[in-house]
Amino acid sequence: MRADISPRAKVGLYGLMCVLLIPFVFPTWWMVTSSIKPISDIFAFPPQLVPQNYDWTTYSKVFELQPFVRQYWNSAYIAAVVTVGTMIISSMAGYAFARIRFPYANAVFMIVLLGLLIPSEVTIVPLFQMFLKAGMVNTHWPLILVPIFGAPSVFATFVMRQFFVTLPAELEEAARVDGLGRFKIFTKIALPLAKPALASVAIFTFLHSWNLFLEPIVFLSSADMFTLPQALTQYTDAYGGPMWNIQLAAATLTALPVLIVFIIAQKQFVEGLAHTGLKG
Amino acid sequence: MAVAQENAHPEGRSSSPFWTIARRDSLAGFLFIAPQLIGIVVFVLIPLGLVFWYSLHEWNVLANTFTYTGAQNYRMLMEDESLLEVLGATAIFSAGLVIFNLSLALLLAVLLNQRLAGIAIFRTLFFSPVVVSLVAWTIVWGFLLQKNGGINGMLLTFGIEGPNWLREETTAMISVIVVQVFKNVGLNMILFLAALQGVPKELYEAARIDGAPAFKQFRRITLPLISPTILLTSIITIVGSLQVFAQIAVLTQGGPGLSTTVLVYYLYQQAFQFHFFGYGSTLSILLFAIVAILTFAQWQMRKRIVFYES
Repeated sequence: MRADISPRAKVGLYGLMCVLLIPFVFPTWWMVTSSIKPISDIFAFPPQLVPQNYDWTTYSKVFELQPFVRQYWNSAYIAAVVTVGTMIISSMAGYAFARIRFPYANAVFMIVLLGLLIPSEVTIVPLFQMFLKAGMVNTHWPLILVPIFGAPSVFATFVMRQFFVTLPAELEEAARVDGLGRFKIFTKIALPLAKPALASVAIFTFLHSWNLFLEPIVFLSSADMFTLPQALTQYTDAYGGPMWNIQLAAATLTALPVLIVFIIAQKQFVEGLAHTGLKG
Repeated sequence: MAVAQENAHPEGRSSSPFWTIARRDSLAGFLFIAPQLIGIVVFVLIPLGLVFWYSLHEWNVLANTFTYTGAQNYRMLMEDESLLEVLGATAIFSAGLVIFNLSLALLLAVLLNQRLAGIAIFRTLFFSPVVVSLVAWTIVWGFLLQKNGGINGMLLTFGIEGPNWLREETTAMISVIVVQVFKNVGLNMILFLAALQGVPKELYEAARIDGAPAFKQFRRITLPLISPTILLTSIITIVGSLQVFAQIAVLTQGGPGLSTTVLVYYLYQQAFQFHFFGYGSTLSILLFAIVAILTFAQWQMRKRIVFYES
């Protein structure tokens, strides 16, 4: 806004931002450091910002108390399948809505957009009954099928459509003159150009699936099938109280990989999510 | 899909072939949208119909009975005294969340819009909770907010005795709002930052020449010009706030009392803990109605409060 900022104002701005950062950064620091403290130090006063003593056995307990590797794999593969599936379904639908003229296109688009208006919480009861009848309760099918085909993918379709609308028509006309059919035009020309939009869809779809909580606790009942968010809450003692240091160790193992990927590819993350938000 | 197009008959009547480009395109269009459309019908529209159908029934899971009771669940809804508290908690949660989230997002965006060295690092850090696993983030905050946890420990070093945050009605509500805001405010911050960067610099130049103070520039230039983004973020944030579940389940389980039992959590309890699937479905219809009305109202408001559309 201002052309130049006085040195004094600069110090003030940096100071203000550093204070504001505390609630954003400190919890992550506290999670990681507390996860390696012995249980006796975890509620120590004064709080130990840097651990005084180390207890690495919390991490081995994470794996002893629950099939954590299995649960990690469950979350990872479900998120991967949902992400790839959503990218395929939503890019095809988004392309058709943006570029192909077909009868009732607008009516169909309105029906699909209804998915944006209906949070998946509204339909959780009938979905549970449907999957129960299909014998798919306590399997991963509901966590895969509903996000790819149901309401969560509608936002992705909308993002893809908004992107494909901006492609110049000449590109497709040239391809058509060269004798390419619709499907070839889509895969050979439109899709390669849509990488930024696809990246956005991939990032928010992955995060959405990775964070899913209501659906896993409704649909899954055995520890082997659990996903990470659900598993984290299961590290409790005989009285149902949380075993804090073990929960925090498991939370660290859950949060850090994504955080590291984010720091490496932060530009894509921020721009990707901003891009989708702007269009949404 | 490829097959469908290659099936086109080039040897058809040359004067007017059946598989014209328009016809082929129609077929391709339907095939392209078919998976999504079928998905919406199966996983959204049919369940929506079912949820309405269930809401007209009394459903006893243990006795395995499913009896049509007409509007009885809806009468129950009107007479449910807990529901009033739940709706109150939902309203407080949503309002608190939207106000705190949008003002903090705007403040951070204005700060990040300054030309300062190293500003990208601050942007990354403010954004980082968005990518931290939601339940992991919630667990750490739950740990920090314990009576003898990190926050009260810090306060005590300054001689202040903090409350038992998650066990008192007012502080529990504040806690769940704050935890949620810090988790996701980065998204709105980025949207506001993009909007701020889209405001033409010349407007500020002109205002400065006219001698308008910074605050007035913000009120008269910045706010009106980013109003579409304010509307957009408020819709996303309000609808999102109605779906908050994990934070409540992990931090407070809706308590103390019903003070943090928001509608989705109440729905979950009624349907999946107490197995009142009929009444749970009625609550789903209520949630759907609230989301629909809010979305509609906000789109109507767009015409009045938004000064300009990009």
